[in-house]
Amino acid sequence: MSGAMADPIRWARYRWQRLVSTEGGEGSSSSNSSNKCYQSSKTIGKHRIVIPCLGHFKEEYEKVSKLYMNNKIRTTKYTLLNFLPRNLFEQFHRVANLYFLFLVVLNWVPVVEAFQKEITMLPLVAVLTIIAVKDGLEDYSKYKMDKQINNLLTKVYSRKEKKYIDECWKNVNVGDFIRLSRNEIIPADMVLLYSSDLDGICYVETAGLDGETNLKQRQVVRGYSEQVSEIDPEKFSSRIECESPNNDLSRFQGFVEHSNKDRVGLSKENLLLRGCTVRNTEAVVGIVVYAGHETKAMLNNSGPHYKRSKLERKVNTDILWCVLLLILMCLTGAIGHGIWLSRYSEIPFFNIPEPDGKSIPPTLAGFNMFWTMIILLQVLIPISLYVSIEIVKLGQIYLIQNDTDFYHEKTDSTIQCRALNIAEDLGQIQYIFSDKTGTLTENKMVFRRCSIAGQEYCHEENAKRLESYQELDSEDEDSTEHHCGSSTHMSKWQGHNRRAVNELLNRKSLNQLSGSYPALGREDGTGDVPHSGHVAFSSPIETDVVPDTQLLEKFSQISCHSYQQSEEASSKLSLETMYIADFFLALAICNTVVVSVPNQPRQKMRHSSLGRIPIKSLDEIRQMFQRLSVRRLSSSPLPSVKESSSESPNSFVSKLSIFRMKLASPALDGAAQRAAEPHSTDSPENSQVPQELDMLNVAAGCKHSSAVSPPIELSPLPKLCYEAESPDEAALVHAARAYKCILQSRTPDQVTVDFAGQGSLTFQLLHILPFDSVRKRMSVVVRHPVSNKVVVYTKGADSVMMDLLRTASEVGTNNSEIEQKIKKRTQKHLDDYARRGLRTLCIAKKVMSDAEYAEWLNHHFLAETSIDNREELLLESAIRLESELTLLGATGIEDRLQEGVSDTIQALRKAGIKIWMLTGDKRETAVNIAYACKLLEPDDRIFTLSEDSYSQSRDASALMMSKILEGIQKNSSAKKKPCQKLGNVSASPSSQAPEFSAGLVIDGRTLEHVLHDSLQNIFLELTEKCRAVVCCRATPLQKSVLVRLVRNKLKAMTLAVGDGANDVSMIQVADTGVGISGQEGMQAVMASDFAISQFRHLRKLLLVHGHWCYTRLTNMVLYFFYKNVAYVNLLFWYQFFCGFSGTSMTDYWILILFNLLFTSVPPIIYGVLDKDVSAEILMQLPQLYMMSQKSVAYLPSTFWITLLDAFYQSLVCFFVPYFTYYGSDIDIFSFGNPINTAALFIILFHLLIECKSVTWIHTVVIVGSILFYFVFALAFGATHNPPSNPYWIMEKHMTDPVFYLVCLLTTCIALLPRYLLRVLQGTLFPSPVLRAKHLDRLTPEEQREAIKRWKDDCIVNCRVEFQATSGSSSTATGPVSEEESIASVLPTSKTPFQACSRDGFGEDNSFSPDVQDESGIQMA
Amino acid sequence: IDYTGTEPSSPCNKCLNVSWDSTPPCTCTINFTLEHSFESNVFMYYGLSNFYQNHRRYVKSRDDSQLNGDNSSLLNPSKECEPYRTNEDKPIAPCGAIANSMFNDTLELYRIDNDTRIPITLIKKGIAWWTDKNVKFRNPTGDGNNLTALFQGTTKPVNWPKPVYMLDSEPDNNGFINEDFIVWMRTAALPTFRKLYRLIERKNNLQPTLQAGKYSLDIAYNYPVHSFDGRKRMILSTISWMGGKNPFLGIAYITVGSICFFLGVVLLIIHHKYGNRNTSADIPN
Repeated sequence: MSGAMADPIRWARYRWQRLVSTEGGEGSSSSNSSNKCYQSSKTIGKHRIVIPCLGHFKEEYEKVSKLYMNNKIRTTKYTLLNFLPRNLFEQFHRVANLYFLFLVVLNWVPVVEAFQKEITMLPLVAVLTIIAVKDGLEDYSKYKMDKQINNLLTKVYSRKEKKYIDECWKNVNVGDFIRLSRNEIIPADMVLLYSSDLDGICYVETAGLDGETNLKQRQVVRGYSEQVSEIDPEKFSSRIECESPNNDLSRFQGFVEHSNKDRVGLSKENLLLRGCTVRNTEAVVGIVVYAGHETKAMLNNSGPHYKRSKLERKVNTDILWCVLLLILMCLTGAIGHGIWLSRYSEIPFFNIPEPDGKSIPPTLAGFNMFWTMIILLQVLIPISLYVSIEIVKLGQIYLIQNDTDFYHEKTDSTIQCRALNIAEDLGQIQYIFSDKTGTLTENKMVFRRCSIAGQEYCHEENAKRLESYQELDSEDEDSTEHHCGSSTHMSKWQGHNRRAVNELLNRKSLNQLSGSYPALGREDGTGDVPHSGHVAFSSPIETDVVPDTQLLEKFSQISCHSYQQSEEASSKLSLETMYIADFFLALAICNTVVVSVPNQPRQKMRHSSLGRIPIKSLDEIRQMFQRLSVRRLSSSPLPSVKESSSESPNSFVSKLSIFRMKLASPALDGAAQRAAEPHSTDSPENSQVPQELDMLNVAAGCKHSSAVSPPIELSPLPKLCYEAESPDEAALVHAARAYKCILQSRTPDQVTVDFAGQGSLTFQLLHILPFDSVRKRMSVVVRHPVSNKVVVYTKGADSVMMDLLRTASEVGTNNSEIEQKIKKRTQKHLDDYARRGLRTLCIAKKVMSDAEYAEWLNHHFLAETSIDNREELLLESAIRLESELTLLGATGIEDRLQEGVSDTIQALRKAGIKIWMLTGDKRETAVNIAYACKLLEPDDRIFTLSEDSYSQSRDASALMMSKILEGIQKNSSAKKKPCQKLGNVSASPSSQAPEFSAGLVIDGRTLEHVLHDSLQNIFLELTEKCRAVVCCRATPLQKSVLVRLVRNKLKAMTLAVGDGANDVSMIQVADTGVGISGQEGMQAVMASDFAISQFRHLRKLLLVHGHWCYTRLTNMVLYFFYKNVAYVNLLFWYQFFCGFSGTSMTDYWILILFNLLFTSVPPIIYGVLDKDVSAEILMQLPQLYMMSQKSVAYLPSTFWITLLDAFYQSLVCFFVPYFTYYGSDIDIFSFGNPINTAALFIILFHLLIECKSVTWIHTVVIVGSILFYFVFALAFGATHNPPSNPYWIMEKHMTDPVFYLVCLLTTCIALLPRYLLRVLQGTLFPSPVLRAKHLDRLTPEEQREAIKRWKDDCIVNCRVEFQATSGSSSTATGPVSEEESIASVLPTSKTPFQACSRDGFGEDNSFSPDVQDESGIQMA
Repeated sequence: IDYTGTEPSSPCNKCLNVSWDSTPPCTCTINFTLEHSFESNVFMYYGLSNFYQNHRRYVKSRDDSQLNGDNSSLLNPSKECEPYRTNEDKPIAPCGAIANSMFNDTLELYRIDNDTRIPITLIKKGIAWWTDKNVKFRNPTGDGNNLTALFQGTTKPVNWPKPVYMLDSEPDNNGFINEDFIVWMRTAALPTFRKLYRLIERKNNLQPTLQAGKYSLDIAYNYPVHSFDGRKRMILSTISWMGGKNPFLGIAYITVGSICFFLGVVLLIIHHKYGNRNTSADIPN
């Protein structure tokens, strides 16, 4: 009863805590009402009015603002005063504690009292104290945190001093003006009133809020952005009305009412949220609207979540059994007492009568006795188990978190365990649902290929460079520079310089780490540290793109000629080049990338060293541009590259000067010339080298402050950093930059692109139609600076883009033919890219006349301003714009697999875990990635359920599935036979290796049908037969529905792993959610139970820690049951000899402390530290995982066997002393003492038998426990304060040889069966775990040998069996059921060595030679 | 030797229905023969059967601080002693059910040598634990050694014929530190138990403590056990270095030892047969 009820109540308690912790702020800590209630009581209606705290508003301000919270936060639950009552109150929400309390109260009822009243309280007090101390410590650390945050300084406008003064965060109030500089953290939610940026933009980084590291723009409130000077708080006379505090981060509504009653709307674009950091903006001023706990960040702050592990649920049912047992025993006692009493006709004088001299009737006495027995036998319910489990889990989590293998250097992150209580679930995972992007892959987009105008450019050099990265496995610009620059002489490099380079790399990466990590600290407000340090997408592997030679060649032609010709666009060549130019322009423009420049000091140093004009910041450049108000500017601060080309560019100057573009500076000419010149004079290869170096150096500058001057003195371009919302965009922009089409800056209405040699082109940005998942594309509308036409560039998924292209019938020009051809060929390339696992995007453009544009704009404006179904209208409008496009080309971006993904997947697969890949990507990409990570294998049969393979109706899906199923069954039925013959069919479906390899690929739309109720079962049946399932084009919702389906229908343990916001729902639904703290922000991590940095860490997390945690905890739980049952039964047996009167033969103190002190520490140590098999072996033999998966260690039978053993041991422990002392003059406590002592030995040595690894800690703890017991007993016996009944008994016994003899004999007899069992099990029927453990003891060489032999033997055996049983193909293998022999305690099989377990997947052993086969090893 | 007297033939049958303090005490004599002589010191026990001295409430029904000589407890005994706490508004000393039900038969042993009854010296000191006698049990303190004065204001337990300070004539064996009383107060663990009554010391090395032969036991039969089907016995026993005689431990050891040996052999065979084939015969622990 306690177990089952603990669940909802704990949950309620947790909910309650959450409520309290989010709302409990200054002054409201006493209000325990819900959030809503609290809001309505604290605010006026639904809105809040914010008035600056200034002279003329003073009165009103006080009236309004005193109701608002100030910025002081208090996340602690308790104060010093309320700690005790509140903590107690919360603790008594636990049924376990209530049960204890009930016992204590029961003991105060005189009729049934069994112990001294005070003693019964002891365990309760102990438990409460432990938990209270834990809670208190947690709370204290929170308090310290709060204090630190509250005392951060910020600049608040002070009316007295008429300037901004430093104030602590906690003193900030609603209505205060706050001035922040760059890199400062925003202390409260405030409306942006001024930004030093001329456009009224402020960039913020929301990493502190959602972990996204890219910059977001925030806009100054309309009407304030025009102000040139900084806003003067004194003159601010408006009032702000906005909605009540809520936790919706993406919504903010309100308006500013000026003194002249003009209203200006506010949106989330105007709101700076607490916890964000101001970036790239010198100074901002805002007025605080929400402070402290009312800020959105705080309202969003949720505590750790509470999940219940499978084991825990099982423990609860077993506790119910214990309750039943207890009741049974108590009933026995009660009835026995009644019968015993009724035997006496008159009151025997040893039965004490009631005060009135009469004895109570036997029935009533029996009833009373029932309760007495409950008190006496209370320990049967292992209340301490809950506390112990919690402690053990904490210990396990601590061990996991301190595992250095989980440390990932690049991100400086290690594993985070966010849910503290489901560590053991990691050991039972049967299904893994994995996201693809960012989870299996690095989510580092690398530009790999592109196809422009039907011509493919495969960027082989880039591929080479990437390979070199992979080889070196480290990123350092200098080396990459060398490698790429000398890609032709790579071999030479690799030969003898590898080591040197590596050393250099190591050293440098260290430098880099040490240099940039301080920047990660949130307190660095100085701006000295390169901000690029925390830009996510900045590793050179992504930023560097080596241009394709061919393409570069063509592209450089543009530099010279295109612009003369582009307007006519007549010749084929120029058409192509125009395509190319447009393509790269589109790459550079069609995005929402934010350009930023690293901080100045570094730049200054660099430039001065090169004798250049210091560039202050990009802002300044931009400001300069704007002041000059020219579209095309010579970017004079732009450094040129003339050092690299020693030839004087004179000859080209004249040629260049004919460009119609407005002048270019000589330097730029130089650049252009340099780009063009080698082409004309030299072989392309030669030209490429310096350019590459150049490009790479750009990247280097971006990243690195400590760049060693490269061998060739290269001039740095301004170190631009691109911060994109998605890594794809960044990759494309970087690719464009590689072709000298450099995105220079972006403002809301202008985009500046440094286009090849021709200087900066500034496009007037007319419109951005942002990306959305419905349209799957984004568009920008710009006015082309050269042609002055309105151009639409669109970028999107090929599936949608191809339909939007201009068709031949529509356009009757001669181009249409070419376009058709281009379209066809591009489609071919796209398919090819997809096959290679690249992410594809189509780039298209459309030229509009001004009239067309105006018309569209009109419509669009209408759509924007409409109130009803605005979304639809906007979509419609977007579609109108994005039509009749001209295909420019396509890009293929590689999303590289993470390190060790395929190994991990194989290992997990061998561990009997089914892995599903759920991705939003298109089918080809998904399948390719699946192949790449060995989720699917080449000889797998792939069944595809997708909309193009058959019609979309549900019936069709059903038909299809049943067909496939039939096929599989037919296929496998023949091969199943041998397995069944061997009795090798395992019970759990998840562990059943599929008979032959089948992969299922299913597509989002089909999934929709499949997830319908009627088809669920057949679908699941089908998936069970397949060894891998790939779901592509799945929406987040579908992902979570799938997970829930598998979890509920198959009753399987599921683990979902993902990194992005689209995986959150799946992560939350799964039993265990794992978040990958990667590129896509923290949402997944926030929702997860465990956060890791790399997919490959999953292997160790599951195989090693999951296994350990599970076995440890199960064994400990079983041990606890055993311990309590064994001990309590001693008392129970005694009842038969004391008239069921509830006497205990041991002193109460020792009785209570026995559980609490003498035998509590060893099991906890056991639970935290026991290692059945070492980590290395577990990693090498993933098959061992199946043991815990099938919960072999904790089957119901195991539980009952443990209980039986406990019964047996208690019987022995009681009756050996009983017979020894039978009929002697032994007194109660002298009788109890040897029993108790023997019980202690039995229980501790039992642990020793069960324990798989005995370390010195175990020894110390066990010996310590024994010593402690004796010392305590001696000391307790020596105290002669009156109530001490067992006076001097221990002392007396210690001199009595019988005592020792009894203890020895009892311990031996009691432990003999279990020991015998373990020995027989180990010798005759060793479990794989045991054998694996044996491998641990060998020396490394022997170990390797043994593992090899293990594998070989298995193969041989499998083959032999195959030949013997069936002539079927070698691909069919049987499932593994070796484990069954361990499950049953006395294995029935007499020939256990014939059971050859075969690996279901390893049929192609040459394919994976490094992984061993199933555990059925035989060392002949 | 059972002297309960349930059988009609028993000499003690007449005393079967005695009450606690019948005066004069019912006496009976039981003759018995020792087959073997007892060489070393002989312990004389009285044994009771079916007497649940380990009943929970009975066990608790005492006041240790009163027995420890605490004066305040003497006059105000613990509640645990109810309903044997006070009698006629006077505190009972010693209070509680245990004390109240103290064994009060008197046993005397005679050796019948040629029809002459030679009394055997029974030593009544040294039967309690030293610590009990000297530390745990103490008479109330006060001026003078007059126990009667010290126990002033208390009354005797209901079933006792005489107050606690008249248990014995010797001052160091009287009151709470009377060894018979102390032995009784150490409640037995099992319903069938024995308690040490007297010691018979070996007088000289030439002859055994108790020669084989006829003996007679004189009983002053006071203690009623018939109401609860109890039995009373007198046991004479010697003691070895291992304590009382009980064959169980020896038998158990021999049995377990042989089982272990057998298993050891079996396991050794198994180990040799299968151990090598498994490469993992070596089992932890």
